[in-house]
Amino acid sequence: MTESVVPKIKKEAKSVEESILKRKKPSLRFPIRSLANVRYLEKEGYFEIRGRKKERTLTVNTVKTFAQTLRMMALSKTLVETDDIATKREAYYVSKNWDEARFLEQTESDTVMDDVEALFEVNREQLGFVPEEKGGDVAGNLIVIDKDPNTGKEIRIDCTKFGSGAYSIPISVEDLGFETKAKFILVIETAGMFQRLVKHGYWKKANCILVSMGGVPTRACRRFIRRLADVQKIPVYVFVDGDPYGISNIYRTFKVGSGNAAHINEFFCVPQARFLGITPQDILDYKLPTHPLKEVDVKRAKDALKNDPFFLHHKEWAKAIEHLVSMGVRAEQQALAAHGLNYVIDTYLPEKIKHPEKFLP
Amino acid sequence: MAKRQLELIPRNEKKERPAKKAASKPAIVRATPKTAAKRAAPKAAAAKPAPASKPIVRLTATDLAARQREISVSEFFTKNRHLLGFDSPAKALLTTVKEAVDNALDACEEAGILPDLVIVISEISETRYKVVVQDNGPGIVKAQIPRIFGQLLYGSKFHTLRQARGQQGIGISAAGMYGQLTTGKPIRIASHTGSKKPGHEYEIQIDTKRNQPVIVSERELDGNQPEPDKEKRAVQRAFDHGTRVELEIEATYKKGRHSVDGYIEQTAMANPHASVTYVAPDGERHEYARVAQELPKAPLEIKPHPHGVELGILLKMLHETKARNIVSFLHGEFSRVSAPVAEEIAKAAGLAVSMSPQKAAREQAESLYKAIQAAKLMAPQSNVLSPIGEELLLEGLKKQITADFYAATSRSPAVYRGNPFLVEAALAYGGGSLPGDELITMIRFANRVPLLYQQSACAITKSVIQTTWKTYGIQQSRGALPAAPMVVMVHIASVWVPFTSESKEAVASYPEIMKEIKLAIQDVGRKLGLYIRRGLREADAEKKRSYIEKYIPHIGIALQVILDIDDKRKEKVCATLKDTLERSRNND
Repeated sequence: MTESVVPKIKKEAKSVEESILKRKKPSLRFPIRSLANVRYLEKEGYFEIRGRKKERTLTVNTVKTFAQTLRMMALSKTLVETDDIATKREAYYVSKNWDEARFLEQTESDTVMDDVEALFEVNREQLGFVPEEKGGDVAGNLIVIDKDPNTGKEIRIDCTKFGSGAYSIPISVEDLGFETKAKFILVIETAGMFQRLVKHGYWKKANCILVSMGGVPTRACRRFIRRLADVQKIPVYVFVDGDPYGISNIYRTFKVGSGNAAHINEFFCVPQARFLGITPQDILDYKLPTHPLKEVDVKRAKDALKNDPFFLHHKEWAKAIEHLVSMGVRAEQQALAAHGLNYVIDTYLPEKIKHPEKFLP
Repeated sequence: MAKRQLELIPRNEKKERPAKKAASKPAIVRATPKTAAKRAAPKAAAAKPAPASKPIVRLTATDLAARQREISVSEFFTKNRHLLGFDSPAKALLTTVKEAVDNALDACEEAGILPDLVIVISEISETRYKVVVQDNGPGIVKAQIPRIFGQLLYGSKFHTLRQARGQQGIGISAAGMYGQLTTGKPIRIASHTGSKKPGHEYEIQIDTKRNQPVIVSERELDGNQPEPDKEKRAVQRAFDHGTRVELEIEATYKKGRHSVDGYIEQTAMANPHASVTYVAPDGERHEYARVAQELPKAPLEIKPHPHGVELGILLKMLHETKARNIVSFLHGEFSRVSAPVAEEIAKAAGLAVSMSPQKAAREQAESLYKAIQAAKLMAPQSNVLSPIGEELLLEGLKKQITADFYAATSRSPAVYRGNPFLVEAALAYGGGSLPGDELITMIRFANRVPLLYQQSACAITKSVIQTTWKTYGIQQSRGALPAAPMVVMVHIASVWVPFTSESKEAVASYPEIMKEIKLAIQDVGRKLGLYIRRGLREADAEKKRSYIEKYIPHIGIALQVILDIDDKRKEKVCATLKDTLERSRNND
């Protein structure tokens, strides 16, 4: 995972140059990044990219993107060689020096960056590019072993000592060490629910580590939990909203990866994750207040049932999603507050944790 | 609305027309008391059982009858002048010029003369204008002048089915009446019928009660004696023959497309065989030169086609015909009905072949009407129309509008309700003089007459809106005219153009007519589409050329950074790549 990307970049550029000098049109082959081009590996527990690739040949019509892709590769090479980093936004601004080849919107530069990443089948951090967003928050029985960025001296971070705050997952997590006696990791969708559990010391009561994802988990967040769970051999339970977005976008991406990042799912997934709630059955068992499913929810659910290799593989999931669609409702994590603000701590979570075998895969 | 009695009309016909007129007039007079009595009768009946609890003064039918009087046509129109296009002072000016010009062009064409028109509008005060329209037509015989200009519904065109500008015979006398009403000035007409004959000048007013001309003054014009009036002298001997109409009316003058200026410009476009000189109130002189040196094919007169006749008209025709039996009536009064077909129709209607048409009862007329509708008949003759023609449409458009692209089409005749008609369309696109992103400009003609008002009510506009312009590379919002630097011109010619009202501003939306208009528009649209796509292709090629120039250096820079190559090698890579791409582009 830490192997340098520079030789790969040079090799690709060399083949482009050679094609040009042979009066041929050079081309680059990118893996197709979509759900249609992944297969679900049950044993390994993640989406693996299949062989399909798209070829971008340098023609009159593609000359602009081709030039931009090559310049992005050149920028990456410079970053890696000078041990520097650039955020996606910074890379976008660097392109403003490229005259006619500059990007007009950041989405354009992001796409080219993703293409380069897929081209070399590496993580964008290896290319010297870092994401803008925060990784996620951690609180509970965990000591993270990091280094001082200036002195290189070891630092022990005790995640029980952040009071009402939390430890922030850094962008690069590869070199972190862990010490913990926690029984499980509870991964939470919303910052609001995370705060409630921190405030009332749930991690102390249940002897666990709490992680807040804040929506779809970042790669750093997924990698952090993956390494923690692998190294310490502790189970991972996921607690999200009971709706198609929580199930198919957040949970599925967390556990097996996504179509868009198919080339790196192997590292950025948490195959040992189990789905604690909110399950469609919970809505009935706990008499949760609901909202009707929106049109996009139904579409997302049907899409998952039809095209998502993960849900196609797990019959239990297919059944659960069909159940949700037939009820035509969704329930948020916070809906538990209808039975009392701390019902989630006093009743729901303890009851659920007693029977992890009942969790959805 | 021309009511000119032409010299060229054969003698017997000339005599016959006024005779017909006289015969029909008393009929109108008789009709009035009859209907009045009908209306009064129920009222009187209803009055009887009413209890006399309040002292209401009740009138008997006799009392009412004393109040009922004939309404003369002229009186009616004095009160309803909006029906004829005199609703606002600005429109009144346009309508006046339009009526005079329509008459002038019709007269010239019927006499086989290439029209030369002089139109002079001068301001007398801000709300009063003088309109002079002079033509080189055949002139009018002395005896007819007062009736043509001083009597409503007197004309040569109402009883015929032939493509002509005027139809009812109201126009110019209505304009005269409008002038008389608003300024008190009579209409003045000068006419020469030939170089050897003396001309005549009349000042005429209308007796609005009796619908009769009143001659205010009358004098003989001596062609050899110079006119005392300077302005008249200028046009006096321009032609050996012709007519000059002069009116003073209450009006306002505005510039622009919906004004007299636009009307005259468009008239010149639709009449490329005419030369028009127009002096606007601000003294500006517009010369529209003749484009075509030949007169358009003369339109022919046809009898009505049975499928276009309504029951009421059929009844009237039955009672007025001179035919002795049903078969000769059908065969003689209609087109496309041979004697055997007429016999079949009579049989199908259950009528005796020998029955006298004048004696047909209402029920019999109705079954005859049904039989006619059911009968299979040949379509009416369609070679009776006179199109402008593709070539002249193009030339007319080119003369008035500077654009990058022109297209025109002239369709074959078709039929609606038994009336033959044909549609022509032309368009001008692009170029600096047309506004870019605005809605297109529509120019509509009916029998070569520009239609300036009620654009959105017109079948022509509706058809343009219903055409899918995106197919031709033109932008268009749903339910709106397309938006492009474009002028679309549509001409519909027919023996009887169906207008939505008497002021003749919009063509009625018959499905057959809409279909033909759309086909014509699609035809020019396709030609435009080809042109636009060619333009797009060229722009595309240009864009690609500049693409190569712009982006290849960046490929060089990137390869230099990654591979640490020197400038010389970089230049070689760039040059080779450019060459490869340009060669492949040319092969595309």
